[in-house]
Amino acid sequence: MAVDTQTVEKLAELARIAISNATIEEVSSRLGDILQLVDQLQAINTDGVIPMAHPLDEVQTLRADAVTETDQRNSFLSLAPQSDEGLYLVPKVID
Amino acid sequence: MEWEIVIGLEVHVQLSTESKLFSGASTRFGAAPNTQACAVDLAMPGTLPVPNEQAFRYAIMFGLAMNAEISKRSVFERKNYFYPDLPKGYQTTQLEQPIVGAGEVEIHLEDGGSKKVRLHHAHLEEDAGKSLHEDFHGMSGIDLNRAGTPLIEIVSEPDMRSAAEAVAYLRKIHSIVTYLGISDGDMSQGSLRCDANVSVRLKGEEKLGTRTELKNINSFRFVERAIKVEAERQIDILEDGGSIEQETRLYDADKNETRSMRSKEVANDYRYFPCPDLLPVVLTEEYIEQLRKELPELPDTKAERFQSEFNLSAYDADQLTQDRDSAEYFETVCKSCGEPKLAANWITGELAALLNRKEISIAESPVSATQLAGLITRIKDNTISSKIAKQVFEAICEGEGSADDIIEKRGLKQVSDTGAIEKMVDEVIAASDAQVDNYRRADESKRPKMMGYFVGQIMKASKGQANPQMINKILKEKLDALL
Repeated sequence: MAVDTQTVEKLAELARIAISNATIEEVSSRLGDILQLVDQLQAINTDGVIPMAHPLDEVQTLRADAVTETDQRNSFLSLAPQSDEGLYLVPKVID
Repeated sequence: MEWEIVIGLEVHVQLSTESKLFSGASTRFGAAPNTQACAVDLAMPGTLPVPNEQAFRYAIMFGLAMNAEISKRSVFERKNYFYPDLPKGYQTTQLEQPIVGAGEVEIHLEDGGSKKVRLHHAHLEEDAGKSLHEDFHGMSGIDLNRAGTPLIEIVSEPDMRSAAEAVAYLRKIHSIVTYLGISDGDMSQGSLRCDANVSVRLKGEEKLGTRTELKNINSFRFVERAIKVEAERQIDILEDGGSIEQETRLYDADKNETRSMRSKEVANDYRYFPCPDLLPVVLTEEYIEQLRKELPELPDTKAERFQSEFNLSAYDADQLTQDRDSAEYFETVCKSCGEPKLAANWITGELAALLNRKEISIAESPVSATQLAGLITRIKDNTISSKIAKQVFEAICEGEGSADDIIEKRGLKQVSDTGAIEKMVDEVIAASDAQVDNYRRADESKRPKMMGYFVGQIMKASKGQANPQMINKILKEKLDALL
């Protein structure tokens, strides 16, 4: 399946990835190659096969409901480019 | 043209676990910003989520209370989108295999009717943090304390046909989660949040109309108003020959209107996929059955029991079982005074009015269940009349002590002394020549009504403390002796 450059641009925006005009053709063609492989997989009859949620045939372990973490706010805040009054600061976002 | 409103609700309920859905950070409300956001919540590289068993227990309890199918195998997925209050860049949620499947619940309407609303499913997911848009040097402040708090999202079928039905459904969900003790259900703190899908169609039409999704309706009252105003907007557009656009709209409570939230960005495409960090959660039949056995008595069962055990009307039973605290309060009062009907009347009457006025819950009531029972006991044994009881009730509210203390201190004891009452009756009759004359001349059938004047005067003379049954009896004897 071929992927047009418009689809690549939309995916890049959803994933917040910058793709330059110079490379967009190449990215489209490489994505197309991957999807060709997917097409081969799609051709297999999977009637009655339960979709696999995880490659390991294991089940999840659950933990008891207990508070085990302590406050490390200052260490985490020191990693952020900007903070104030205990808040992480980010470029203004409003719905 | 007659229109029909079609409503489905998505309700988010914060589960009252101690720790988060995937980390051991505390979920306590009101802590200083970011002091309860650990490395897992912040999506630091190398961290791995481990699900909280209590969140599963709570979700299953909810499902059992909704008569729903419980999935023995459920899978977490990633819902991908970018927003600063979501540090991972995806929300861990459930889509294809949620923990709770289809179910149904009965809702009770104000007109006394009831109907069934179907549950589509309910799934476990994590909450996001909070963005604060006040001015932080032209930037937004992010508090991630709430990030990772466990939620269940409860999705109904589009089974509701009026704003009132939607409110009744939401009240039912609120009542169930608080009875189960799985959430505090506090809408003002965001523990219970509601989005409404609203569409309209001509009555008799089977096909659903195009729906809009209403966000940000954070009180029972707003749910009703938002749905009404949105349905009116849609009907106006359709009657003018227009069409409805499928979109998300925000309810503005100040202006009582909905407005489009559409942004210029590309429409959201969440690109769900199973979370590779989490394995499928598999639970046994025994595990689920054990939880079923541990379920507390739920509102519907309790309401039925109140009707049969205490002989209450369906309406009273429903009122008293809407929340667990009210039901417990009622049972405590009943146990202590043995007067279910009086207890129900006082709780749904005077006490409810008081709590409303003070805008507090029954758990914060200034009149304890024991104090109310003490008051009712004194009404029952004729120590005080119902009229005086209201005065005593007010005094209990003001912290003046028990009913007995107040009756004693203020000398409110009902006068049941025959001699004293006879004296008052004689005095009133002596001072009411004209009325006595009228009474004598009146037709016999009209006389009982005419006694009201005398009773009123005697009550006034006794400051409301004379036993009304005794007044009636003595007064009638004395008046009839004058005929």
